[in-house]
Amino acid sequence: MSFAIANPQSLDTATPAVLLEVRDVAKRFGAREVLKSISLNIAPGEFLTLLGESGSGKTTLLRLIAGFEQPTAGEIWMSGERLDALPPYKRRVNTVFQNYALFPHLSVRDNVAYGLRVKSTPASEIGGRVDHALRMVKMEEFADSRPSKLSGGQQQRVALARALVNRPQLLLLDEPLSALDANLRKQMQGELKTLQRELGITFLFVTHDQDEAMALSDRIALLRGGALEQVASGREIYAHPTTAYTAQFIGQTNLLRAEVRDGVAVCGALQWPAEGESGAAVFSLRPEAIQLASAGISIPGTVHFRAAMQQQFYSGASELLEVTCAGGQLLRVRVPAQGPLFGEHDFVFAAADAIRVQE
Amino acid sequence: MSPSTPTRRSRLLTIYAALVFAFIYLPIVILILYSFNRDGVGGFPPRHFTFEWYRQLFADGPIWDSVLNSLIVAAGSVVLSLTLGLLAALALDRANFPGKALFRRLVLLPLILPGIITGLSLLMFAVVSGVQLSLFTVFLGHGTALISVATTELFAGLQKMDRAQEEASLDLGATPWQTFWRVTLPNLKLSLIAAGLLIFTLSMDEIAVTFFLIGRDNTLPLEIWGRLRRGITPEINAVSTLIFAVSVGLIVIWYRVRTRGLGADAQELLERP
Repeated sequence: MSFAIANPQSLDTATPAVLLEVRDVAKRFGAREVLKSISLNIAPGEFLTLLGESGSGKTTLLRLIAGFEQPTAGEIWMSGERLDALPPYKRRVNTVFQNYALFPHLSVRDNVAYGLRVKSTPASEIGGRVDHALRMVKMEEFADSRPSKLSGGQQQRVALARALVNRPQLLLLDEPLSALDANLRKQMQGELKTLQRELGITFLFVTHDQDEAMALSDRIALLRGGALEQVASGREIYAHPTTAYTAQFIGQTNLLRAEVRDGVAVCGALQWPAEGESGAAVFSLRPEAIQLASAGISIPGTVHFRAAMQQQFYSGASELLEVTCAGGQLLRVRVPAQGPLFGEHDFVFAAADAIRVQE
Repeated sequence: MSPSTPTRRSRLLTIYAALVFAFIYLPIVILILYSFNRDGVGGFPPRHFTFEWYRQLFADGPIWDSVLNSLIVAAGSVVLSLTLGLLAALALDRANFPGKALFRRLVLLPLILPGIITGLSLLMFAVVSGVQLSLFTVFLGHGTALISVATTELFAGLQKMDRAQEEASLDLGATPWQTFWRVTLPNLKLSLIAAGLLIFTLSMDEIAVTFFLIGRDNTLPLEIWGRLRRGITPEINAVSTLIFAVSVGLIVIWYRVRTRGLGADAQELLERP
């Protein structure tokens, strides 16, 4: 902040520092438009996740930043330098590949030293930096092994060390955990997050797993069909999805197709106060926003309704109910574990929890 | 199914297999046996064991000159065809250019063409361009005709290679040239060895192309062929036995490199000093 005071010009530029700037980038492969005019900024030290289904263009965007593909239109800038004009080996960006892409003919140590050697780093410096990188990922005892002798998780760590030893400004991770089994995955998620916080290196992480995205990221950029659907923190994106797609992709939700008239939304038997313009509208209502209620008690700003039990899915601490209300509308409700429920029950939700989303 | 069926069938199969093997290998066995027979190739069975023919063989200057010629030609052909074959395989694997499909077929053509056509056309080319026939023309003939073998083998190696490794190399700051030497070539090492061994063996016993391109100095197969016209001597059996032993050795190595090749064990085995 002392920098800002010493330099009065920066006082009125309220935007935070930007490490990577993607400007109107589009990419086509022949007739197929994989990315449509993407604009995205990444701040230094940020953990940003590109989240999307397969075919959404997230890996393509990563490959454009790494330099393996050229954008059809638009520009990519990093630290005030035009990045997309540089070949991959001149970018201060390193990648952890989906299947690690370790060099099978080199030992773990030589794999990690590779980036330093090709850039003619003095030999005296290489040894220390490689050892340090291997220690960081707890792989120093495997330094002389071949990659083929290592388990998936160990290969993953070597791939991380091989990238980080070059001290990149930006680390790209292409679904790095997708080849690991569930337990190892959770553990590696924790290690990745810790490593990122300690090193302060900017991470751009690609995944199709929304839980992973929520657990790790400072911000999530949700891609859909080659366009950005929403860019926000995990909490923000979950609490305030802007589109029906986002609401459904991140977590579970009930999509209520309602008619808004005179500040009231009507969806079958349900009614709640809603702002915004009149006409057809879609609302997202998270299952956990709906609670079981005792009949007769009404608090202002809440919506009461009666619904019949259809299904009950028990999952330990909570259970998911599928209920139908008077208009036939099917709703999913997540409640603390209750024991078996039958027949009709009273439910309640806060009107403010019904979030109006774009179709 | 009666219990006797599988055994009877397997016994028939054994006999059949034995006959096939006999048909293929009996002549070679006889050739080897007679190289140790004092009375030469006449008379059956061979009676008196001797190393005499081997002694004569080792004292025979022209044979060893021709062996040396063959080795020089084979070694040169390996280098020439691997270099050109690697470039062709890289082009087929990576580049897109007009006429690629045609190029692919043309490169493989010498594999299918009868040697006599290749030899004759190369001879005509040498005559038209005024090149004196010598071991050099034989080397050019073998080296170019065997490009097809190198290309197929190396192309298969490139196809098996994980392209992400080359991307990883570029990503880590290596130039395309560094990437080729440090990642692509080491990955192709087994294909290069396998192709090299195969080309070496093929060049060593090539006759058809050699026949048209040979100058004054004979290669080993032509030397043998020339002598056979004056009658079979057990010395020929002796040299053939040696060639057989070396060829089997090379083929065993080639086979091991190819089959176990992709495992890390074989790689370590080959890298051990």
